[in-house]
Amino acid sequence: MAQMTMIQAITDAMRTELKNDENVLVFGEDVGQNGGVFRATEGLQKEFGEDRVFDTPLAESGIGGMSIGLALTGFRPVPEVQFFGFVYEVMDAISGQMARLRYRSGGSFHAPITVRSPFGGGVKTPELHADSLEGLMAQQPGLKVVIPSNPYDAKGLLISAIRDNDPVIFLEHMKLYRSFRQEVPEEEYTIEIGKAEVKREGTDITIVTYGAMVQASLKAAEELEKDGISAEVIDLRTVSPLDIDTIIASVEKTNRAIVVQEAQKQAGIAANVVAEINDRAILSLEAPVLRVAAPDTVFAFSAAEDVWLPDHTDIIEKATQVVNF
Amino acid sequence: MGTKTIENIEGQFEMFQILNENGEIVNKEAMPELSDEQLQELMRRMVYTRILDQRSISLNRQGRLGFYAPTAGQEASQLGSQFALDKEDWILPGYRDVPQIIWHGLPLYKAFLFSRGHYVGNQADGLNVLSPQIIIGAQITQTAGVALGLKKKGKKNVAITYTGDGGASQGDFYEGMNFAGAYSAPAIFVVQNNRFAISVPVEKQSAAKTIAQKAVAAGIQGVQVDGMDVLAVYKAVTDARERAINGEGPTLIETMTYRYGPHTMAGDDPTRYRSEDLDSEWEKKDPIVRFRKYLESKNLWSEEKENEVVDKAKEEIKAAIKQADSTPKQKVTDLISNMYEELPQNLREQYEEYSAKESK
Repeated sequence: MAQMTMIQAITDAMRTELKNDENVLVFGEDVGQNGGVFRATEGLQKEFGEDRVFDTPLAESGIGGMSIGLALTGFRPVPEVQFFGFVYEVMDAISGQMARLRYRSGGSFHAPITVRSPFGGGVKTPELHADSLEGLMAQQPGLKVVIPSNPYDAKGLLISAIRDNDPVIFLEHMKLYRSFRQEVPEEEYTIEIGKAEVKREGTDITIVTYGAMVQASLKAAEELEKDGISAEVIDLRTVSPLDIDTIIASVEKTNRAIVVQEAQKQAGIAANVVAEINDRAILSLEAPVLRVAAPDTVFAFSAAEDVWLPDHTDIIEKATQVVNF
Repeated sequence: MGTKTIENIEGQFEMFQILNENGEIVNKEAMPELSDEQLQELMRRMVYTRILDQRSISLNRQGRLGFYAPTAGQEASQLGSQFALDKEDWILPGYRDVPQIIWHGLPLYKAFLFSRGHYVGNQADGLNVLSPQIIIGAQITQTAGVALGLKKKGKKNVAITYTGDGGASQGDFYEGMNFAGAYSAPAIFVVQNNRFAISVPVEKQSAAKTIAQKAVAAGIQGVQVDGMDVLAVYKAVTDARERAINGEGPTLIETMTYRYGPHTMAGDDPTRYRSEDLDSEWEKKDPIVRFRKYLESKNLWSEEKENEVVDKAKEEIKAAIKQADSTPKQKVTDLISNMYEELPQNLREQYEEYSAKESK
């Protein structure tokens, strides 16, 4: 086993699938010779040739539309949207087109496309680079939305995404790219899309979270432990569709929950999780399910992002509030 | 200097014509190689499609069809271009381009089901056609992708797409042409310039004098064609197709045409934005009238032949509507089960809920 950062694990997943399936194509802006602005595709063009790993003109809508056309002719495209804040340029190709292809064609065609894209705050980017826009994607039927929180999961989930016969939006938190290393097997393995993982067992409260907030939640859980609060931490890994069973089983055990997301509070994944808990387990609850989220503004690029972004102290505060309710 | 450049470019895009509105060949050298049978088949298809349009409009008025975008006036543009294709070529149509996919093999009853929003109408049954695109321009970037895919797979086929003069204002129009050009992909972009995007005249869409010249910016071939001349359209697409499969890149074809009817049957009233004079000016250019004159002069067409086509069309349309009527009604569960290859938990639950509702 090798020690890998999340970005190395992501490259490794693409390399694995480029080797496994000649129909896998990797492309996007700066993806070819340059290996991507974050080096996620480092070395892939050299290894697999320009026919399979290539640069595109600078136009996100074109990249999305071209992905659909390539899928129609039997390919398994893995396009990169250079930063997920640019997704607005490709919203129609994603939500209006690839997500609907299976239904629109009555099952004649499908879109086995994995749209990879970096997102997430804490790395001081310019505007429209770091926004957490997974909620937009989760509202679109026909898509799956995957957000890994660590190198091991990133590799297994990305391989699953590329093999999936429906479009997957694969969001890579920029802060996690190189923040820590982990043992990642060099051989191929998959992690099922739509399955959450209990990262830490606990008995007093469930913390449901994903992405970079998993690390913050684990840190908070350690601190809470010192105060005698035993927190269970669930990493959703896929935010659409939700692994409802894992969430509900935990809430029925702990009788208390908070949901933590980096995105703005309104209409997001956390709201959806709270609604599912209310629908299915309200009589198990000893307290309201609270949310830890960013304020309902656009992302505070650079200047105020340290305060804007939720952190472990916000999680401790909300968790304590719920436990003491 | 800039002014000179644009004038020079615009001067290059004179309308390509073979058959004038009197049914006379005016460009003999360009005449495509078509047998008498093929010429008759082209006529047969145009007459058939005109009847289909008339019947569709009346079926829509009776409430027996849903969404419908009339096609009369555009037959040469639509059918001349499709006639130049190989069966394995891909068609990515706009919402008015149902005739092309019918002549590419889509059964008529499916076209009616598409109009009714029934998903069975969108099933391709192994044909290389997509269902008519609603988002103006989305099909154009997809066409670049299909074309690139064909090239990567080493196929000797092309992807052809259709939009209108309004569609040429979309960003996706330029992105699609630019991508296909950058990869030298075998794509053909047909802009059917029928002069109005719903109500907005083409003069208000752009400062460009022609749409064909927009090819220059993408570095690809562009040609403006008389879209009421089925021979010119056929020839332009045939040439574009040959260049494309020879690796010489994509072509933009602007066909100058006119829709006689409203934008769609959902309440558009063309008298609000078009004059009767303009309508009659274009009706004089009618693609069927001129081609009939030409074929009659060659003794290839007669009233009797035409009546046969009309009768056959009416009969087949009647049968197709019957078949559409007898297709099982679409259920919400059909929708649910076509969202993903495998249903996630929320949809599994909703499937149960709606199958209970729908079996009542």
